[in-house]
Amino acid sequence: MSDASFLLLDGLTLAYGKTTAVEGLNLSIRRGELVALLGPSGCGKTTTMRAIAGLMPVKSGRIVLDGRDITRTPANRREVGLVFQSYALFPHLTVFENVAFGLRLKGMSGKPLEDRVLTAIASVGLSPFANRKTPELSGGQQQRVALARSMVMEPKVLMLDEPLSNLDARLRLEMRTELQRVQKESGVTMIFVTHDQIEALALADRIVVMRNGAIEQIGTPEDIYNRPESAFVADFVGFENIFALKDGQLVTPGGTAPIADAPADAAALAWRPRAVALGNGPFSGVVRSSSFAGSAREYLLDTPLGPIKAEADAAHPAHDLGDTVSFGLPAATAATLRRFG
Amino acid sequence: MMQKILAPLTLALVMLFLIGPFAIIVAASFSAGDTLAFPPQGFSLKWIAKVFTVESFRQSFAMSLFLAIGGTIAALILGIPASYAMARYRLPGAETVRFMVSLPIIVPGIIVGLALLRYFVIPIGLSITLALFLAHTALILPYAVRVVSASLANLRSDMEEAAVLLGASRLGAFFSVVLPNIRGGILSAFILGFVTSFNQVPVSLFLSGPGVRTLPIDMLGYMEIVFDPSVAALSSLLAFLSIGIVFLAERFLGFSRYV
Repeated sequence: MSDASFLLLDGLTLAYGKTTAVEGLNLSIRRGELVALLGPSGCGKTTTMRAIAGLMPVKSGRIVLDGRDITRTPANRREVGLVFQSYALFPHLTVFENVAFGLRLKGMSGKPLEDRVLTAIASVGLSPFANRKTPELSGGQQQRVALARSMVMEPKVLMLDEPLSNLDARLRLEMRTELQRVQKESGVTMIFVTHDQIEALALADRIVVMRNGAIEQIGTPEDIYNRPESAFVADFVGFENIFALKDGQLVTPGGTAPIADAPADAAALAWRPRAVALGNGPFSGVVRSSSFAGSAREYLLDTPLGPIKAEADAAHPAHDLGDTVSFGLPAATAATLRRFG
Repeated sequence: MMQKILAPLTLALVMLFLIGPFAIIVAASFSAGDTLAFPPQGFSLKWIAKVFTVESFRQSFAMSLFLAIGGTIAALILGIPASYAMARYRLPGAETVRFMVSLPIIVPGIIVGLALLRYFVIPIGLSITLALFLAHTALILPYAVRVVSASLANLRSDMEEAAVLLGASRLGAFFSVVLPNIRGGILSAFILGFVTSFNQVPVSLFLSGPGVRTLPIDMLGYMEIVFDPSVAALSSLLAFLSIGIVFLAERFLGFSRYV
């Protein structure tokens, strides 16, 4: 057992009947790490999480947790916690009994049980609600109960399915802080599944981007945000202008376009709207739409390269619809992609 | 203008049609006369009192009670796991099973009764009590499956998965998480099953034998010989019992959500 591969997914293949959901997935997670599985729906992230929990049979490959092969271990003996997207609380029980559920099954009772449950409830700030039935609580409170219910079992890995997606904006920020605090205080290894890149970037130590049942890229939030390796990841994190590169030229719907200083080893180049040099460069386009977004103004341009999304500081004078503007795509502000696709 | 008179009038006539016969029976049961008649002659409680003294009523009431309670419990023991399996797993032939289970509602009771009598009771000498018990269980089963299925449909399966991840076995999760949350459905199924069995006539008619009769059959038999208001009195008592049970169920369980 090593801390570097506390949880190891080794050639994991998962299938629903004849449909393969995840194929040959390899992933190694460190003890105490906070990892996000990021991807669009249907990419296999939730399936992977369910397989780690033991709720989904493994077709081939291995899952090793803390040095023990748990590939065939039943879910109730894996020491893995899961906070469901729906929270999956037991509506017929109080907050206290929800949190006590797992400990009672372990044979705990009396004062030791009560102490541990109340501590867990207090740690998520729900002490005044211990005797309430869970349907009486708000969504945010219910999620805290679900979190306490999993954490009180001291799982080796805590997984969360779309932990922030059911919360409103203010609660989302609060819960994000809460999850980071819980993770820091307990040191638990945490994996969460999300389709929201902002959540993943804000919360995770490391992001695993998934696509069609395979890993597309693994990296720190900075890596993923600034150095996407493929057009898929680039598109996912907001690079809206992506062009394949061939013989030092951009491949566009309107034919090839020369570009200065193109890196030799790149398969494609990608620019965020902000990275497009508006009003300054060899290309020109017609403003098709423009929208005001507070600090910036966003434009959609019709160009010989196809549609281009550009952004200019709101302090600049606005371009009108139908105006022809020049723009440049400087290689220096582009992300260099190794794969176009 | 016409509508203002016609609508309430229609409503009143329909209500009269629905409630009228019941009101007549109730009124007749308080009669002081010796025959079943309406309007009642005078007022007395003697026929109501008499109901409790007729020995065969007492026996057949006990029989009906046994069939209603025993049959419903048996139907729930069979129906709850069946409903659960059909709700949770994609079983091959689940639709066929669902259809088979609802057959006893669709097939006329006369046919069920005749078939049971001709092919079970007579050839293999099944005791009448056992035959009645089996028949009532089969008749209640469709209601049990339907009502329990309805409440299972509202229960998310991730609750059971959560219980399993907290250390419960699949079976343990069923008892600690599923059952308590379909309690209302089970109680509703119980009441529906009880009333269905208690009011059952055609099947019981075929299977009743010497000394073994359900209450409705006994009442029919009694009326053929004696035409006094005690049958009306008994009917009133049963009706009020049923109404009372359903009222309490609605009050405490929201019975009408399930049926």
